[in-house]
Amino acid sequence: MAIQDDIKSAIAEVLPGLSCVIGWGAGPEPLRAAPLFMRDAADVEKFTAGFLAVNNPALFLPALKGAKVGLVVKGCDARSVGQLVAENLVKREEVHLIGYPCRGIIDMDKTAAALEGRCEPGEVKGLREEDGDIVLDTPGGEVRLAKTDVAADKCARCRYPNAESADVFVGEKIAPVVERDDYADLAAFENMELDARKAFWEMEMSRCIRCYACRNSCPLCVCRDHCVAASREPHWLTQADGVRDKLFFQLIHATHLAGRCTGCGECERACPVGIPLLTLKRAFSRQVEGLFGYTAGLDQGMPPLLTFKLEEPAIKEREW
Amino acid sequence: MVMSTDTAKKFVSFEALPDFLAQLAQGACVYAPRRENKAVVYRPWSPGDNVEFAARPTESCKHVIFPRSEELFSFTRGGEGENPDDSSLILQEASEPGPAVIFGALSCDARGFLAFDPVYDGCGTGGKARDVYYLKRRAITTLVVRTCKTPLNTCFCTWVGGGPASSEGADALMTEIGNGLLFEAVSDKGAALLQSLPDASAEQGAEATASREAAQGRFPQPADIKAAPGSLRALFDSAPFWEKQTAQCLYCGACTYLCPTCYCFNITDESNGIRGVRLRSWDNCMSPLFTLETSGHNPRPAKFNRLKNRVGHKFSYYPKIHSGRFSCCGCGRCIKSCPSSVDIRKIVLDAIKEAANV
Ligand code: SF4
Ligand code: SF4
Ligand code: SF4
Ligand code: SF4
Ligand code: SF4
Repeated sequence: MAIQDDIKSAIAEVLPGLSCVIGWGAGPEPLRAAPLFMRDAADVEKFTAGFLAVNNPALFLPALKGAKVGLVVKGCDARSVGQLVAENLVKREEVHLIGYPCRGIIDMDKTAAALEGRCEPGEVKGLREEDGDIVLDTPGGEVRLAKTDVAADKCARCRYPNAESADVFVGEKIAPVVERDDYADLAAFENMELDARKAFWEMEMSRCIRCYACRNSCPLCVCRDHCVAASREPHWLTQADGVRDKLFFQLIHATHLAGRCTGCGECERACPVGIPLLTLKRAFSRQVEGLFGYTAGLDQGMPPLLTFKLEEPAIKEREW
Repeated sequence: MVMSTDTAKKFVSFEALPDFLAQLAQGACVYAPRRENKAVVYRPWSPGDNVEFAARPTESCKHVIFPRSEELFSFTRGGEGENPDDSSLILQEASEPGPAVIFGALSCDARGFLAFDPVYDGCGTGGKARDVYYLKRRAITTLVVRTCKTPLNTCFCTWVGGGPASSEGADALMTEIGNGLLFEAVSDKGAALLQSLPDASAEQGAEATASREAAQGRFPQPADIKAAPGSLRALFDSAPFWEKQTAQCLYCGACTYLCPTCYCFNITDESNGIRGVRLRSWDNCMSPLFTLETSGHNPRPAKFNRLKNRVGHKFSYYPKIHSGRFSCCGCGRCIKSCPSSVDIRKIVLDAIKEAANV
């Protein structure tokens, strides 16, 4: 891919002035890339972008504070950086962003579903990207899948594919997939009866193994090592293997992320047992956007729930 | 013509499988892999449930014998209300676990328990510190292992002494042939479980053997990791090596909690008023809290200290005191489900290479 070489050149150009540049490289199997920390020219050679560039590199920023770091970012990754900067968790001048036009990333669960009856995703021996398709080398022969069928949900509602805040943008900007997020996924969920919703979450959360991959993969979950979920004094959550404590933690995470979550989807992707965590996060986001007119990762300044204003411009209390 | 039969081998068609499971479920809680949305997990089977045979389980089945959270005892203390000076404490033992069958464990999963066994059976204490909770469940659980037909990209059971049809640690083996499953007892427990089943024909037995041999042939040549224990010890103080290997890790608990051989736990008292329970629950060495001392000192403060421990424990410290056996069964779940694509095989191979150069 020509754009890949252009991104490599852009990385090589800035690398000498940075402690490292974070992007993506080959992963443990053909369908998965891995975060790549580039420190020298040989590392840059390993860089890959494209449909497998799944991990959000913004995750690593808070821990690297104090050193200037480069990131190759998709549009949604740039929003995570934007939010970290807005909250003073990361200094903008300590980050060098290399953007490129993102056309979506793979969702492993959808790929698994598309391969059902043929093989497990872990049996795929090779992958090639061909325009709008991926062609998989499986034990039973080649399988062609349309990217749109196996791309992450967030990509079907992508409004910002271009990393607008990038310091360097490689390639031509592309048009957003949609102009507006209509939260149709939430509407579908909210059409369920309350009892059915409760049963749904009980079933989903009963699978939770309390690994906190959801928390640790969230670029904005910055109290990670001092999380209320793990604190012993006070002992908020019990160690019992029950839905109550598991759901309790998810509601804590969603509340702490209300108005800060950019919808990058990493929490849900990281969950090894496929719990649809983004549903909770998006319900809060819709609320905050509607009430305060604040969009995480795009607006400057502290998120509304971290500040206090005598009068909220979007809440017309006096007219009630 | 009289069909020759192989008495040690039994056959159940997929059609008859629910009846067999129902029969097993009368005497035990039968755990079987079930597809739930995007994951495959071991759940107590009840009539009408499907057993997932296509995709391999996301989690290991260790929680059947080593529960995620297990009540050790409950307690009620005095000292509240009318009698503030009442210092009595009443302890109540937890209820006895019942027999269980794990139907469709993978062969790596069964071998996983072999890493637990010596540790929970008091090794190093001359058998004095035996873990009765673990041993009790272990003794009353029967492991029916499903042999694998193909390796996943993340599988490496053959590197650590296992294989797609290894019977080590299993009570019975089952192999998919044609329209059903061929069973073979490996232990007395397994034989007892299969007793009521019809014998398989010699042809069916041969088909299963051929299928397993073919599966074995689909597994790539194992890498030689004999040097791993020494190499990892040699790199114990090589912080730069470990920092590099750990850069992408987000130190969650996915790898340890999905792992069939990770056996660490925590103990907490969970009380509400004067009543409470003492729980033993899974813990994981990737968490900073794992080694956080009361003083505030943490001997493994950085994530690289912790991943070094995870890899070192499995491929160096454990084999050193357990006759060379790795405490990793090569199931690859830590690779397959790692949100950051960390590959423990690569770390071990890189360590061997690195140690050869220093
Ligand atoms: S949401 Fe947009 S920017 Fe993010 S991965 Fe999908 S297409 Fe790319
Ligand atoms: S809560 Fe989930 S979707 Fe929101 S920022 Fe964190 S990881 Fe991304
Ligand atoms: S990632 Fe999934 S399994 Fe792990 S704690 Fe979060 S919800 Fe539970
Ligand atoms: S290796 Fe992967 S699964 Fe394990 S702690 Fe690190 S990020 Fe989590
Ligand atoms: S360390 Fe990884 S490969 Fe080894 S047994 Fe545990 S999960 Fe499986």
